[in-house]
Amino acid sequence: MQGWWWRDPYFMRFMRREATAPFVAAYAAILLAGLASLALGESEYNEWLEALKSPLSIAFHCLLVAIFAYHTVTWFAIMPKTMPPVYLGGKRVAGALITGAGIAAAALSSILIWILVSRGAP
Amino acid sequence: MPEPSRPITIEVLRYQPGSAPEPYLQSWTIAFTDDMSVLQALQHIKDHLDGTLTFRWSCRMAICGSCGMMIGGRPKLGCQTFLRDLYPGPVRVEAMSHFPIERDLVVDSGDFMAKLQRIEPWIVPREPRALAQGEYLQTPAQLERYEHFSHCINCMLCYAACPQYGLDPTFLGPGISALLTRYNFDSRDAATARRMEVASSEEGVWSCTAVGYCSVVCPKQVDPANAVNLNKTASAVDWFARFLPGRGK
Amino acid sequence: MKRSNQPFFWMLFGAGGMLSALTAAMLAFITGVAAPLGLGLPAEAMSYGNALAFARGFPGKVFLLAVVSLFLWHAAHRIYHSLHDFGVRGGTVPWLACYGVALLGTLAAAALLLDLGF
Repeated sequence: MQGWWWRDPYFMRFMRREATAPFVAAYAAILLAGLASLALGESEYNEWLEALKSPLSIAFHCLLVAIFAYHTVTWFAIMPKTMPPVYLGGKRVAGALITGAGIAAAALSSILIWILVSRGAP
Repeated sequence: MPEPSRPITIEVLRYQPGSAPEPYLQSWTIAFTDDMSVLQALQHIKDHLDGTLTFRWSCRMAICGSCGMMIGGRPKLGCQTFLRDLYPGPVRVEAMSHFPIERDLVVDSGDFMAKLQRIEPWIVPREPRALAQGEYLQTPAQLERYEHFSHCINCMLCYAACPQYGLDPTFLGPGISALLTRYNFDSRDAATARRMEVASSEEGVWSCTAVGYCSVVCPKQVDPANAVNLNKTASAVDWFARFLPGRGK
Repeated sequence: MKRSNQPFFWMLFGAGGMLSALTAAMLAFITGVAAPLGLGLPAEAMSYGNALAFARGFPGKVFLLAVVSLFLWHAAHRIYHSLHDFGVRGGTVPWLACYGVALLGTLAAAALLLDLGF
């Protein structure tokens, strides 16, 4: 079974989906580092902010945004398979609709977060 | 007026343990007509070119589940795959992945059969029923709950598709999971708890990583990926529910 | 057959996957691109004062703990099972490495958030 995932584009897509996981962990680690710096004090926190301004960090976060968008799409693409059948008006809801609804929810939630942050809340 | 025929090369991975210890590729070039399936090509080869070619088949119409094989590296039924779609070829035919090969395209299905028996693939009634009680009544909604899972023809293409089964054959697998779901979701059946013992184990549904290829290759749209993952939820609910007072185990 | 203990980790995986699917892209954009570059966000968006106030508030604590912890549990479960795709099955060391990191991260986040006070 060595290198089984190279055998079929379907398997390659699966591996790409799974490969988003380390990046989710990396971002959590970055936030945790920020939290730690916040607890240590203002100058340490500002160091963390400065680090985020470096070109390497900006580039890495651009990559993260793309990878997380891919995670969003693939998460909701597989979601119909993990759910019991949903019925609307007597008819079974197609998987594509569930995926679409999920992606729409992600878009909405993203806009909400942007609005909350840009208005200085909470 | 005979249909014009075109030539196509069929390449089969052969395994003839009596005469050659290692698998080897053998090719034949045959003339085909647009209505010919890969199964018919194999039958033509066996009937006219090489009688030792060995493969399973029966109905020729995708209902018996006998002719599962790898065609161009994809798990397919030979009777449902047409040469016109594979032209100009060559068409690579191999035994289904992830199974031991007995001979040529015939795989050892013992593991599948053993797992099938383990999940009790029949209606286990709630209580003994007398003939005088008549038939069970089932609403269309109750039927819909399990009907598509009942379409499984045991062709095992989903096992050939599943990389987790390939990596570890102790995995219960997609098809058997769909079958146990068929019975668990049938309102006439009462053996859900026993089947869930099999499903909730590490080798049950928990070996699945939601690749989803099984549902892509299923010739009867059984959607085994859904069956396996529904059982993850059921298994999880059960896992937490046992901590509630009044529930044993 | 022995009942698997996967459900517990699977539910954390699912929660983290859902949370990250809904929020990770925008969060990474805000904290890693927009705020550092000053794109469309007020300059003090991530200032010390703002960050402290957020982390001290109850909603902020819940949000930060959820994001850090659930993202880590999601990643741990997926990475652990991906090891199988590379031929590594079971074993205490990979299991502890994956889930252990998630646990440590969760405890660290909780401790830090408590330390920051209210």
